[in-house]
Amino acid sequence: MASVNVEVKSEPLNNHFLQGQPWKLWVAPILFLSLFFVFPMLSIILATTQMVGQVSLVTNWSRIIGIIGFTLFQALLSTLLTLLIGLPAAFLFGLYNFRAKGLLRLLSTLPFILPTVVVAAGFNSLIGPRGWLNLILMNLLHLGEPPVQLLNSLSAILLAHVFYNTAVIIRVVGSALEHLDPRLEQTSRTLGASPWQNFWNVTIPLLRPAMASAILLVFLFDFTSFGVVILLGGPQFATLEVEIYYQTMQLLNLPLASILSIVQIVFTLLITLSILRLGGGEIIPVRPRVQEERLRKPQYLAEKIFLVFMMVLIFVIFISPLLGLILRSITRLDAERRERGVILPALTLDYYRELFINRRQSLFYVPPILALRNSLLYALASSLLSLLFGGMAASALTYKIRLNKWLDSMLMLPMGASAVTLGLGYVLAYGFNFQSRQLFPYLIPFVHSLVALPFVVRTLQPVLASIPATIKFAAATLGASRWHIWYHIELPLVSRSIAVAGLFAFAISLGEFGATAFLTRPDIPTLPIAIYRFLGLPGALNYGQALAMATILLACCAAVMALIDLTQTRMYSGENL
Amino acid sequence: MNLSPLLQVVNIYKKYQNQDLLSGVSFEVFSGETVCLLGPSGSGKSTLLRIIAGIEYAEKGMVKWAGKDLSKVPVHYRRFSLMFQDYALFPHLNVNDNVAFGLRMQRMDESLIRRRVAESLKMVNLQTFGQRRVTELSGGEQQRVALARALAPHPRLIMLDEPLGALDRSLKDQLNKELRSLLKRLAIPVIYVTHDQEEAYAIADRLLILHDGLIVQQGNAEQIVSQPKNLWLAGFLGFTNTIKGRVIKLNPLTISTSFGKFVSTAQTANCKVGQDVTLVLKPHGVQFGKINRQQNCIKGKVIEVLFKGENHQIAVEIGKGTLISVQSTQPLSIGDVVNIYFPPDSVLYYES
Repeated sequence: MASVNVEVKSEPLNNHFLQGQPWKLWVAPILFLSLFFVFPMLSIILATTQMVGQVSLVTNWSRIIGIIGFTLFQALLSTLLTLLIGLPAAFLFGLYNFRAKGLLRLLSTLPFILPTVVVAAGFNSLIGPRGWLNLILMNLLHLGEPPVQLLNSLSAILLAHVFYNTAVIIRVVGSALEHLDPRLEQTSRTLGASPWQNFWNVTIPLLRPAMASAILLVFLFDFTSFGVVILLGGPQFATLEVEIYYQTMQLLNLPLASILSIVQIVFTLLITLSILRLGGGEIIPVRPRVQEERLRKPQYLAEKIFLVFMMVLIFVIFISPLLGLILRSITRLDAERRERGVILPALTLDYYRELFINRRQSLFYVPPILALRNSLLYALASSLLSLLFGGMAASALTYKIRLNKWLDSMLMLPMGASAVTLGLGYVLAYGFNFQSRQLFPYLIPFVHSLVALPFVVRTLQPVLASIPATIKFAAATLGASRWHIWYHIELPLVSRSIAVAGLFAFAISLGEFGATAFLTRPDIPTLPIAIYRFLGLPGALNYGQALAMATILLACCAAVMALIDLTQTRMYSGENL
Repeated sequence: MNLSPLLQVVNIYKKYQNQDLLSGVSFEVFSGETVCLLGPSGSGKSTLLRIIAGIEYAEKGMVKWAGKDLSKVPVHYRRFSLMFQDYALFPHLNVNDNVAFGLRMQRMDESLIRRRVAESLKMVNLQTFGQRRVTELSGGEQQRVALARALAPHPRLIMLDEPLGALDRSLKDQLNKELRSLLKRLAIPVIYVTHDQEEAYAIADRLLILHDGLIVQQGNAEQIVSQPKNLWLAGFLGFTNTIKGRVIKLNPLTISTSFGKFVSTAQTANCKVGQDVTLVLKPHGVQFGKINRQQNCIKGKVIEVLFKGENHQIAVEIGKGTLISVQSTQPLSIGDVVNIYFPPDSVLYYES
């Protein structure tokens, strides 16, 4: 009977376990979104309406239409080229098991983590006037001038787009193919379908949604491409994004920039809707019972040739710009004066050393290496901010709150806004006078965390939701208060996801270029901005420094990704719960 | 014998998706007693446990402990352990830390915690498992860890929600036995939830049958099986042979049907001559014979014989399209014509 007399500590709290007011978790994320997404977007719309009143503005509309045309044209061409390489590559990953697959898969994740400035610098080091291609040709042919003019051309843009998007096709289509249930195809074969009929009537229809979403992603990436175009296309190629940037930053024609932004958003919506309609809706989750059950080793000679060819192609596409970049950043060229065209390359660390010297007082007022420090600090602030707001939103999403569905899609909206649109929105919303523009650098962590927010929420929310309610109930019956449950159960279970999400946000911030370009101040550059500036300056030393900084940025991103990989492999999977 | 109940569940009402799930459930649990809440899936057994635990809230009604209303006591102060059907082990903690969780919440001294954890693990025969990760354990081992974790804080009441539900038959029988002796030894009041009658018969001092949001009957297994309160319960217990009839005599109770007269030993308290009733013929303990006795006997043709381990389940057609099912120790052949004799104690009746 001892147990009867145990004193019951009573607490005047509402004792419904799941009560409390979880909607309060939404307050901060909504405030954040309103200030740093909704308000800037509304400012763009407002600026457009002002434009309608100002008839006096002289605008070369045929030029604008030309820009829209070029934007669509290059996006279409890039997408087609990407499919040409990406689909066979996807089939390579989705159908076969081969030795170098792990390495190739790792390579194919590179584009997801590499900032556009790094890739642009990489291609510059390959095909630019001072790049390897021209150097080799000059040496071979004893020329005084770079013979190949690939930079500032459409092909440079296309190359970089293919680099980025082949990876998307491999990821989305390849993994859809890998996860197809082999029994479906086996059934179709037993029902009398030839391999060819089987391919067209079973495999392709099953892949269609995945293909549609891959094409959508690729096309939208190309359509809203900014860094690649401005860095590799040069002044004569302007896409909508680049034009918005020029109109805002150089011509100060904010109303026109706003109109272009709206045009771009409308196009983005139209493209999304039409491609999704073609794709036939959602991806059907058809999973094999055994992972990788479907994959096999290549058997026939044709298969082997295809395999080797694709492996070499993927290797070249993904590795050459990076290798070129790294090597070029440590190569000095000593041209012998008497013999024109003969260049003696030598290894050097001069470009890296030069980063620490404040030589060009007029440009930055600071040694270029400080850009690295700025970038790291911005990235730290951004990842903390996005974890804070994203964490609150993700927890709120695990409760039953009436507006959750609506708020959830609201959270994903920043993904649809291009970086340049965001940058313009911030300029319009917060750049009312000179003083306020001086404070723009403080907005950078906010725009970066806004861009990272959807990723953070999408990383945290499924893990939080996968913690079974019974685990929390069990803790409660064992005497744990809400705080204890959060601290002892939820936090340890999501800690690795928090790390992954934070690192993702960190990487996104490190490489962000488009929005930053609107908000940066000359004396507080980020690494991507510094690389962009140095690439635009004449002189071998500046070029070398740009590549050196790009290499440093590349190393930072690679380190972050390695950390993410390390964290993820030790993560609790949902099955363990 | 302790006559004042420890736990009192008073008139609990709960809706689920606008349907009445519990509509006035009341029962009591006494010290050291193992009570088994038996009911079909979806009858609200788990919800009832959660309401008692304080995880969910009833729309009406009260949960009292030793006479005190618990509605102001939050779940983590109630000291009622609840073992979940899926065990709900903490995947990031090892076996020791899982078992120690409740003790740590009480801020108990670490050396005492170690002793209590070891003691609890010993109770469930997992002494050497302390450092293992719970995700590496088999279903039966996880079940034992969950039990040890529920017992370690010395709860005032322990509730087990389908504790053997996810295990296979042989493991179930073994663990049921262990569980029974463990619970007897601990002398903690237990509420054991299951939909499996065998399990319930084996473990319970008292059965509570939950149906349509109410406790339809309570008592020990023999009482309930010998005299199920209503037709639904008879069916739930596996007594599915029903035929229509009319009472023609009260002492002994005799009922006439289209298959002849049946005499029953069932109580006749609320029974009148001439009343229409439904007879339930229990399938166990029947006798097969060549001769057609005058009472309690049905003639029919064997149309299906299923081997059920110890005996045979026989389907007999007793009229056009009317089947009854009985148990037999001897195998019969399909097509045999048999006379089945139901002893008076296996004949139940319910008002139509």
